[in-house]
Amino acid sequence: MNFITIDKSNWTKGIEKSRGTYQIFGPVEDENGCQIKSLEPGGQPKMNADVTVMSPKSVLFPQTETILTADLDESKEDHHIMKRAEQKYTPRAVLGIRPYDARAIQLVKLNFDTKDYRDPYWCDAYEATTFVGIGQNRPTPFDFSTSTGCGPFSEEGLDVLLADLDDRYLAKVLTPKGEAWAAACGFDAGADTKESQVLFDILKKEAEKNISTDLGTDKLAQKSILDLYEAPFWDDVAFSCINCGTCTFVCPTCWCFDIQDETKHKKAARFRNWDTCMSPLFTNHASGHNPRESKVHRVRQRFMHKLKYFVDKYDQGIMCVGCGRCVASCPVNIDIREVCTIMNNYEKK
Amino acid sequence: MDTCIEKIKAICTDLLANGEVEKVIGFAGGSIPMATRPIAVTSEADVEKLVFNAFCGLNLANYVSKNNLPKNGAKIAVVAKGCDARNLVTHMVENQVPREKVFIIGVPCTGMVDKRMIAQRFEDEITQCTQDGDTLTVTSALQQEVIAKKDVLRHNCQYCTHRNPPVYDVMSGDPVEEQILDQPFPDVDHIASMDPETRWDHFAELTKNCIRCYACRNACPLCYCPTCFVDESSPQWVGKGQDKTDITTFHFLRAFHCAGRCTDCGACVEACPMGINVRDFTRKLNKDALDLFGWEAGMDLDRRPPLDVYSPDDPDDFIK
Amino acid sequence: MENPYMPYPVRIDDIEVATEDKSLKTFTFVFLNPGDEEKFAYKAGQFAELSIPGVGEIPIGIASSPVEKGFVKFTVFRTGVVTSHLHNMKKGDIMGIRGPLGNWYPWEKLENKNVVIIGGGFAFTTLRSSIVYMLDPANRSKFKNIDVVYGARSPGMLLYREELFDWEQRDDINMHITVDGTDDPDWKYHKGFVPQVVEQHAPTADEDTYAIVCGPPIMIKFTQPALTKLGYQDDQIIMSLENRMKCGIGMCGRCNIGKELVCKDGPVFTLAEINQTPKEY
Repeated sequence: MNFITIDKSNWTKGIEKSRGTYQIFGPVEDENGCQIKSLEPGGQPKMNADVTVMSPKSVLFPQTETILTADLDESKEDHHIMKRAEQKYTPRAVLGIRPYDARAIQLVKLNFDTKDYRDPYWCDAYEATTFVGIGQNRPTPFDFSTSTGCGPFSEEGLDVLLADLDDRYLAKVLTPKGEAWAAACGFDAGADTKESQVLFDILKKEAEKNISTDLGTDKLAQKSILDLYEAPFWDDVAFSCINCGTCTFVCPTCWCFDIQDETKHKKAARFRNWDTCMSPLFTNHASGHNPRESKVHRVRQRFMHKLKYFVDKYDQGIMCVGCGRCVASCPVNIDIREVCTIMNNYEKK
Repeated sequence: MDTCIEKIKAICTDLLANGEVEKVIGFAGGSIPMATRPIAVTSEADVEKLVFNAFCGLNLANYVSKNNLPKNGAKIAVVAKGCDARNLVTHMVENQVPREKVFIIGVPCTGMVDKRMIAQRFEDEITQCTQDGDTLTVTSALQQEVIAKKDVLRHNCQYCTHRNPPVYDVMSGDPVEEQILDQPFPDVDHIASMDPETRWDHFAELTKNCIRCYACRNACPLCYCPTCFVDESSPQWVGKGQDKTDITTFHFLRAFHCAGRCTDCGACVEACPMGINVRDFTRKLNKDALDLFGWEAGMDLDRRPPLDVYSPDDPDDFIK
Repeated sequence: MENPYMPYPVRIDDIEVATEDKSLKTFTFVFLNPGDEEKFAYKAGQFAELSIPGVGEIPIGIASSPVEKGFVKFTVFRTGVVTSHLHNMKKGDIMGIRGPLGNWYPWEKLENKNVVIIGGGFAFTTLRSSIVYMLDPANRSKFKNIDVVYGARSPGMLLYREELFDWEQRDDINMHITVDGTDDPDWKYHKGFVPQVVEQHAPTADEDTYAIVCGPPIMIKFTQPALTKLGYQDDQIIMSLENRMKCGIGMCGRCNIGKELVCKDGPVFTLAEINQTPKEY
């Protein structure tokens, strides 16, 4: 574990230098808020940006991604035989990612990288990516990440954690990937390990004081799935829901997807798109039967998945990192903190 | 408008007490600053949850459909701004909901505020917002601002000419003065004045951040089709990916489905997480409906919409 | 680890109309690459994604049996976009198969047990696979009594008719074939719904007897009480579920019942297991 001091006057130069090795992603701001985007040369990440409306999950899991292709021209020898879509997995660095978003990627990894199957698209992108996070000195009012197994200075899933010290960044290099990134940027001014760690600890403590939401999740694991599923509160929780996909699309941990085929002339492509459990189509059988036919079913599925099924299946806490994006973006103010509290406190009568 | 809420609560208490309605659909306070939440109030005890303020930007007609009407003789009451009431009328005109099943609690409305416009005045996230009459006090960790509501009105509210519900069972306040506008559609005129290429670029830029969450569609009371054309799988009209053609097709077709029906309530824009002004599509059709047919949606229970009826006098200049 | 989305290329070797209304066809596929058949090693009860480039994929139970070599078979009901396209394809066409996917009937647990197979309509595909597997000379001695209750609307709607009537002639399997109704005066098997035939003809349960049930929801609904009446415990009733699926490998997230993914943790569950989950299928 080593620490590096990066003078902010050297930051831009270092990032530009690293472009020889890395494709750069980072937060950018426009009139409709912040987004994580691929940055063209000269484009700089806004390191103190507001929370991005969309999470960085798209760096590894684009909303639309071609996975297989085939030639349908029967005069070709390999017609109708599918091949992996060409995609380069050259190194990329995500700069300014928030610590809770880095934890989210670790939770998504549980889905895409399993002992039985590995999703090669997600895994190859993951292996190519270096995550340079920035500690949140001033967490947003929606942040409840200290209740979800991370927090404003959490290191999980990061290769480098930066602390913003006004005129400089103090970088805690956490992995060999992080070392390689720092070297590619030419950031090599070592800092005293002991002093730096003390500083990180102080910043962390100060930042965590600013998070007022203390969400109880401790009793979720011990409840029975069927008790929660059959609980009487779901109609009320779901009433205002309009069943749009906003909560699932802005969520850094929602990983569900659809697979679709399209053809253009004699070329076929199979690609995957983000999908949402809020949509009736998500579970509609070809016969017309739909096991989650009403919006109450669908709202319940979303919260049961995040706050119960996931908890039981992986024993890694809840499938939520406390970023608050869904709370901020929901058009009808459905608040996962409230639903989690209701579920955690529910006792079957 | 402030005083309306007390009247609304009193009306609701009476309606629920005498069993005239099964539930009241209104707005409740939200869990975060500048938010409200649609709610169904079924007991007198829950009437206290109701609020009405400058953040009730969704359209409650969206919560009334033929599938959720009470089975018995009871009614549903709806707290309705001018636009909500017009969309209820549209439901009735389109035979979705019978007039006698809905009790309209009319609210004279002085407009809803644009939350993005307010947020842009702040460097950091807003932590608190209170409303006192026409004044908002908005606070963040770094600053506090006192903002006049009229300075941050939503665009559709700035151009609203039907703040009072045209149809109602009871009003919760005295009617407010309606605006008379010299130029009701300056935004549409502006886009129309662009050369075709610039105009195309305008719409391409407008939808470039669309994530196809369909919040605009799902917040819209007009979008009650059992299966939307974008969800139809046989035949599949529209691709499901992020291809620009598919995204654009969705927005244009949806706008055309709303032609002569849209009340410009702004719920679509309010719901969009990506800040897309979806009304750039629908407003052009609203203007055409007004210019060609003298039609504004949801004003009259007895008049058929222009796309429903044929008249020999219908304009036909577009046939060349 | 291989790309789990990549189908094995196959050629359609044969297409057979399976029912009188032509809504079901049985497709026989052969692998284009010699090594792929071995990689596709499966057990009775598993399914695969039939994969048509440019059209899509559809999860279908494997109807051929692990003891049948050189080909794989699927019987497909024409219902959606992909299955309709498949029904219009012809011998020699190239497409893909991805799998095998999901779990299988618990063959290890069923050894030295009586097995009662109950099927209805076109949900008989993996049951056919299972019967052929158990009747194979190398396997038959591993199982005690085998009973089969299989019903369809009419004689012409029974799948694999010739095999059914062959099995009927054997003495190492008890066939109880039934139809809802028929005008055929020569029909020599049962008439009536599957649950009734189960109640009247299926063996009563002891601790060494297991039932495998596959069929339309209505049949399952009424067969359960019939089995309970015959003494079957919930963990002696084995079922195969269907849900809308896309990936087939437990990643795309739509087919869950509670925390179980039908595509990966299933599709085979005992009734006891299903009773612990929300009934979202």
